Amino acid sequence: MIETELGRCVATFHPGATGVTGAAKLSGGASQETWTFDIVHPDGPVGAILRRAPPGYGAAPGRAAGLDAEAVLMQLAHDAGLPSPKVMHVLRPEDGLGRGFIMARIEGETIARKILRDEEYAGARPILARQLGRVIAGIHGLPRAKLPQLRSMSATKEIDDLEREYRSFNWPRPVFELALRWLRDHDPGPSSEVTLVHGDFRHGNLIIGPDGVRAVLDWELAHFGDPMEDLGWICVNSWRFGEIDKPVGGFGTREDLFAGYAEAGRKADPDRVMFWEVMGTLRWGVMCCGMMQRFRSGPDHSMERAMIGRRSSETEIDLLRLLAPRGK
Amino acid sequence: MQDEPTPTELIKAVADFLRSEITPVIKGHNAFKLRVGINALDLVTRQLALADQGDAAEAARLKQLFEADGALLELNRTLSEKIASGEVDLKTPGLAEHLWQTTMDKLAVDQPNYASYKRELGTK
Repeated sequence: MIETELGRCVATFHPGATGVTGAAKLSGGASQETWTFDIVHPDGPVGAILRRAPPGYGAAPGRAAGLDAEAVLMQLAHDAGLPSPKVMHVLRPEDGLGRGFIMARIEGETIARKILRDEEYAGARPILARQLGRVIAGIHGLPRAKLPQLRSMSATKEIDDLEREYRSFNWPRPVFELALRWLRDHDPGPSSEVTLVHGDFRHGNLIIGPDGVRAVLDWELAHFGDPMEDLGWICVNSWRFGEIDKPVGGFGTREDLFAGYAEAGRKADPDRVMFWEVMGTLRWGVMCCGMMQRFRSGPDHSMERAMIGRRSSETEIDLLRLLAPRGK
Repeated sequence: MQDEPTPTELIKAVADFLRSEITPVIKGHNAFKLRVGINALDLVTRQLALADQGDAAEAARLKQLFEADGALLELNRTLSEKIASGEVDLKTPGLAEHLWQTTMDKLAVDQPNYASYKRELGTK
C-alpha cells in the first residue's frame, strides 16, 4: 500500500521511474520509520531509503533535530565529499507520505558483531579508526552558515539533563551519583570552539564495507556543541561489543582516531575526549534505565525493552573502571 | 509452604525446552525475540540463586559504612545522597570496595558474559 504513494512520489523527482518494488520497513517506533525500496526504472532498479514520520505525527520531540534538519545535514555532508547518502527528495504534503525524505541506499553492514568478527571486514578494521577520525573532522568542519537551526549543548547542560532524567526514575544508583559528582568536578567549561556535533557517532549509525566506512547515518541527535563529544561517544565501552582493549568501536585506538582527526586539519583534546567518554557511559546507562521506564508505562511493553533495563549495570562497571580502577 | 518443584527448577526447565527444541525451528525477528526471552529466564534463575546472599552482604556493608539501620533501598538512598553532597567520596575508607563488590554482584546476575566483568573477575 505504501508502494502506491511511493510510486507516485518517485515519478516526480526521478525522471523515467515507473514505480517502486520491494518496500519493507527496516525499523521504526510509533513516530519515526525507515523503509527500504527499489525505484523501478528502464535503466535498472535504484535502491532507496525512506525516512519519515507517518502522516499525523507532528514535530520531532525533545532532543531530536527533526527530519527536515536531518535531510539538510546529510546533503551538506554529501556535498562536502563525506560518506553520506545523496538526499533524493524531501517529502511535500502532496506526496501523502508524512514528513521526511528519500535518500540513496548505500550497501554495507551496520551490525557491530559482524563488522568486528566477520572475515569480510578484516581489512577494514585496522583502518577504520583513522578513517572515522577524518570523517568526524569533516563533519565538525561543515560550513556554519549553511547549517540548519539546531539546539546548543554544553557539558554543563548535558550533566543537568542527565541528572534530571536519572532523578526522575526515583531509584538510587550510587555509581551514577559518583559519576555525576565526577562530571561536575571535572567539567572542562565551555569549549573554545563550538561546532556541529553529530551526536550519535557509533556502531549502528555507520555503514561499513570491506573497504571501510561508506556512510554516516542518523543525524537525529545533531546539535551545536563541543566537537570532542563525538570523539568521546565513539569510545564508550558499550560500543566495543566485547573488544574492550580497542577503545574506538572495538576496532581501533584513540591514537589512530586522533591522527585521522589531525590529518583533516583538526586537533583532538584527549582530556576533553575522556571527559565525554565518562559522560557518554553514564548517558547510555541513563538511557537503559529510561527504556525500563517506558516498558513499565507502555505503550512499548516488550521484553527487549525490559531487558535493556538490566544492561544499565554494564555501564556501572565501566564507570568504575574509568573512575575507580582497581589495583592502583 | 509451597510444594516442589522450585521456581528455579520450573524456569530452568522452560528455558531449556525453548533453547533446545524451539530455537532450531524459529526464524527471523522472532528468533531474536526468543533469544532475548531465554536470556530473561536465565537472568531470573541467576537472580533467584544469587540475590539473597548479595543483598544481605550489601546491606551489611552499608550498615557498617554509616552505622545506620534500614531496608536496603533506604540504605542505598542514603549512600546516594551522601555521594551527591560530597559527604563521602572515593577517599572514604571502604566506599570504593563497596561499590565494586555491589556492582560485581549485579553483573553476576545481569550480564555474567559482559567483557568488562570477566576481565575484573580475573584481575581481582
